[in-house]
Amino acid sequence: MNMQQNNPVSLRSLILATGNVSSHVLAGHDSRATWSELAHGSVLQGEPELQGRSVLVATSHQFSSAAALIELDGVARRIVLFPPDVPREHLAYVAKTSEADALITDQPEIASMPHGIGNVVLCGRSVAPADRDRSARIQTEWILLTSGTTGLPKLAVHTLASLAGSGWHAGQPPTAVVWSTFYDMRRYGGMHIFLHACIAGTSMVLSSAHESTAEFLVRASAHGVTHISGTPSHWRRALMSPQATRIAPVYVRMSGEIVDQAILNQVRSQYPMARVDHTFASTEAGVGFYVSDGLMGFPPEVLASNPLIEMKVLDGTLRIRSNRTATRYLGEDTPVLKDSEGFVDTGDTIETRDGRCYFAGRRDGIINVGGRKVHPEEVEAVINRHPGVAMSLVRAKKNPITGALVIADVVLKNDSSQMILESEGAAANAQQNDILDFCRTELEPHKVPAAIHIVSTLSIGESGKLVRRYA
Amino acid sequence: MDTRSEIVTQFTQVAKEHDKRLAPLTDGLALLDSGLDSLCFAIVVARLENSLGVDPFSEDEDARFPITFGDFIRFYEHAAK
Repeated sequence: MNMQQNNPVSLRSLILATGNVSSHVLAGHDSRATWSELAHGSVLQGEPELQGRSVLVATSHQFSSAAALIELDGVARRIVLFPPDVPREHLAYVAKTSEADALITDQPEIASMPHGIGNVVLCGRSVAPADRDRSARIQTEWILLTSGTTGLPKLAVHTLASLAGSGWHAGQPPTAVVWSTFYDMRRYGGMHIFLHACIAGTSMVLSSAHESTAEFLVRASAHGVTHISGTPSHWRRALMSPQATRIAPVYVRMSGEIVDQAILNQVRSQYPMARVDHTFASTEAGVGFYVSDGLMGFPPEVLASNPLIEMKVLDGTLRIRSNRTATRYLGEDTPVLKDSEGFVDTGDTIETRDGRCYFAGRRDGIINVGGRKVHPEEVEAVINRHPGVAMSLVRAKKNPITGALVIADVVLKNDSSQMILESEGAAANAQQNDILDFCRTELEPHKVPAAIHIVSTLSIGESGKLVRRYA
Repeated sequence: MDTRSEIVTQFTQVAKEHDKRLAPLTDGLALLDSGLDSLCFAIVVARLENSLGVDPFSEDEDARFPITFGDFIRFYEHAAK
């Protein structure tokens, strides 16, 4: 038999190598299994033959996707993870672009959609023992979807090696570590934690779109979560919940969006026993670096801290070259993922002030006010420091004089948004003026919002990031 | 609220917020001499859109930009009809 590679490492083999497979679990919203059950069992119905296929996995529940991933890595040629927040009308595009010839789903309505895939496999959330040859034969491509600012999703190609890296060795004593994350595991931030749990053999609690933040915190608490990650938006929303006191993590990680000093301080104050890190990572560029000094931004030295991850700032944005980056995008007419030297342009702009580097914002999110540039994130960081503010979103408003103006939507702390929205009038004006006065002392005039709208909530996408609509 | 008094209110308010010395708002006052810069005008236009419900600049892209304060008021009064 002519194998493509001899015994490639698969996720399943890494799990089985931990030695903790029977005592630690993967816990979903309404389902759970030990790593052993996942490594030896199946969630797929009808014993499908998926050897060498390109498999599109579109499940409602993260648990089913996670189980299918363990089952198919090393078996399928390609696994495409379709997160539930990606509009379903893109299913056919993703199927065609990834040359999918099998679809795994737990939703009959997805199975019956016009996706062009002949081979549909239904899956559940209970893991049944499956006695068949599961030895890895090929190195599977893992496809993660990234949401473009508009239009179709982009399909970034990874492998187990690029996603998991070589830093985590099997056999680390997992002691009492229980990981969790607010991220969906089909997104890079969630995948990173999921693979860590698999390879270190620790238990992990998956989040769920089927429950509220408060319900998730209660469930995380019941499992004794010790390590937990999310975006700053996830954390702002969690700290607004009275259930935030339920968990007592020893480690908190933030990633995926710019971390401002206010959220670092608030998390540290809520969880005084926890180490609070923030990290830079992205679907395309892979992992970058960790910052542990409790301050926003990062010292320039971290760019040279890891010889395996080369980082530099070119034309104002962070560039990364390592074996942790995605290799390419699938499809025709896709943007170039790496430059001729193999660097991925993250699109995240860096500014240096007083010897420390700060993320200024996304290059494609800049608001142009009469020819002067404004990063929404910079204005949000100031607004978020106002003692009455829980979170904020800064956006552009078209303007005939300056092209655009800066506008802010603000959620106040302690349910005051709702009270003010209901009372309207003077209380709202006073609060808006107070926030504006604060902005005027901290920001140049063109960066000060022309209007502050008090809102009861801001939408956070499944990616964990504030939903931004770029003009 | 009538258009003229709302415009006067916004000119005055925005000038105050931006520490600008506002010239007396007579109809013959050239806008360039009013003391407001283009950022201030942009904010005035945005606020008037909120309070009056019209943005005559965006509604008629061929419109000539008003020169005097009186032109500015007529521009809005015309759009509000």
